[in-house]
Amino acid sequence: MEGMSAPPPAVSIAGLGFRYPGGTLPLFKGLDLTIGAGERFGLFGPNGAGKTTLMNLMTGLLSFSEGSIRLLGKDIHTKDRSTRSLFGFVPQDFSFYQELSPVQNLAFFGAWSGLSGPQIRHRTTELLEILGLTDVRHQRADQFSGGMKRRLNLAIGVIHTPRILFLDEPTVGVDVQTGYAIIRYLKELNQKGTTLIYTSHQLSEAEGLCERIALIDQGAIISGGDLHHLLSAHHVQDLEGLFLQLTGKAYRDE
Amino acid sequence: MYKLWATILKDVRILARDKIGLIFMFGMPIILVVVVTTIQNGVFEAVNANKVGLLLCNRDTGSASATFVRAIDKIGMFRVTLTAPNESDTSLTERVRHKEAMVALVIPADFSQRMNAAATQVAGKALHSFGLEGDSGRVIAGKAEPVTIYYHPVLQESFRQSIKGAVSGALQLLESRLVLQAVYQSINDKPLPDSLANNLLQNQQSVREISVSRNGAGGTPNAAQHNVPAWTIFAMFFVVLSLGSSVVREKLNGSFVRLKTLPTPYVIALLSKQITYLVVTLLQTALIFAIGIWLFPLLGLPVLHLPHDLAGLFIVSLICGWCAVSYAICVGVFASTQEQANGFGAISILIMAVVGGLMVPSFIMPESMQTFMNISPLHWCLEAYYGLFLEGGKLADVWVNIIPLIGITLLIQGLTLWGLKRKHLI
Repeated sequence: MEGMSAPPPAVSIAGLGFRYPGGTLPLFKGLDLTIGAGERFGLFGPNGAGKTTLMNLMTGLLSFSEGSIRLLGKDIHTKDRSTRSLFGFVPQDFSFYQELSPVQNLAFFGAWSGLSGPQIRHRTTELLEILGLTDVRHQRADQFSGGMKRRLNLAIGVIHTPRILFLDEPTVGVDVQTGYAIIRYLKELNQKGTTLIYTSHQLSEAEGLCERIALIDQGAIISGGDLHHLLSAHHVQDLEGLFLQLTGKAYRDE
Repeated sequence: MYKLWATILKDVRILARDKIGLIFMFGMPIILVVVVTTIQNGVFEAVNANKVGLLLCNRDTGSASATFVRAIDKIGMFRVTLTAPNESDTSLTERVRHKEAMVALVIPADFSQRMNAAATQVAGKALHSFGLEGDSGRVIAGKAEPVTIYYHPVLQESFRQSIKGAVSGALQLLESRLVLQAVYQSINDKPLPDSLANNLLQNQQSVREISVSRNGAGGTPNAAQHNVPAWTIFAMFFVVLSLGSSVVREKLNGSFVRLKTLPTPYVIALLSKQITYLVVTLLQTALIFAIGIWLFPLLGLPVLHLPHDLAGLFIVSLICGWCAVSYAICVGVFASTQEQANGFGAISILIMAVVGGLMVPSFIMPESMQTFMNISPLHWCLEAYYGLFLEGGKLADVWVNIIPLIGITLLIQGLTLWGLKRKHLI
């Protein structure tokens, strides 16, 4: 409609420059990337390519010296922490208190995400049901299997129903059933409007989830766009083929 | 406010599951306060009630040595066991080494002869100076063998000094008696009656002991009054083992990464830890004081008397606890591992306790240590507590100790914030 401005992209990175303290070379230099709102976006690359660093920059865990990162039009580099309520983060490591139960963890992280008591109770019941943790809701998390811990890790990341969800290898080390359940839930979330920004080494799983991807290597985006267009443009069958064609078959040690 | 409440609840739940931490914070100080008070009370009683074992070898057969033995016994400090007069020094030292008695005293064979001769000489000189004639006595040739005291090496210097002082006192009394007898004999040409001797010697000026308290009560503080406040402070600062580790654990595990991505500032987490552990320190204080009041008498230890200014006691405890908690968080912020936090935390508390006068009284500290003493927060805590417990003071009397303590606490808080910023944690 004329006169109405387009909604801001979920993530807008412009001219990003970043160097680790003490590092001689910058990891990112003049990096640009835009991820539209509501997308299921995959960020892939070999070990040490800069995927996790980029995710840490987008979530404000790391500070950068050049350029800008905006989430839904808001600068992440600001001291105003309210920007952080726009997104959820599911790190690769289990990011919760293992001594506490799922209910206790969700109560704490829900409060820190800005939810009220009743909102937390409602979302806790809902999420534990969806992710199959209702029966163990009062048990200590350190007694859980890897799959249960992954699901709890995800539940905490989405308790405040974020508009953007960053996922760093959310299914690593889990069985097929848990991996399937997590991916199915992520798709449901996306259908409700949450933008997914996902990174993983499990490319077959990623192929089923992501619509758009960016391949990153040595701090630069070497290829990006619609997954199916990229596969046909490079005459490969799947994401793994594309990955190997663009990043080579030599070992990459971090 | 809801965020803070949720964080406090989280910290309390985690703390409740940290069994080892709870043992360190509550069990260890209780054991410490009971054991140390029992030992210190034992030392007081060893001097005042229990008596120290003394092997007394009297190699002299004269009357002076017999009087000296009676005087030693009358001191009331020793449980005297007379040995055979011919028992060798080697045998005596062997018996002391085997702790048959902690002390042995040997009276040499010519003790009476020398004491009498010395007394006659002194009396003669005195009479001569008054223009009277007196027996100058017979000078005994050769070096006099002294009265010898053998100690077991475990006896502390202060305790040895008090034994030496007691024996010297008895010896001086004997010397006075002999001189008096010699003077009387020279003037009256007849022996001094025992009743007069006792009357003259015992009618000395007595010594009255008064503890200088602020409230004028004047009672002498017991071992509980000294130990309970000191070890309560020690316990408060030992929260470093739980709290310091907790901060490090939170930094190292994944939960901290997530906290940094959330809209709530990390300062809330630090505030929650301060509140939670401040309550812990107050509970420690209440528990240890309760032990001093109710358990100590059951164990035969002196009862702890709380100061009259209970509100002052609460405020002092609160500020001491706040300082202890601030220190623990600071250690946790700067430590990279739990081992670092525990090791540095425990050793630094121990050093600050020693320097601060918790283990050695501050008034006997060498001058070089006085400066270090003033930067130990434990010293100011102790001074404030002693102001209330020992001096019978009120809160207004101990502000002079509280102000430096608050200053040190604010300094620690500032250092913590600087550390958090330097490590990009806030």
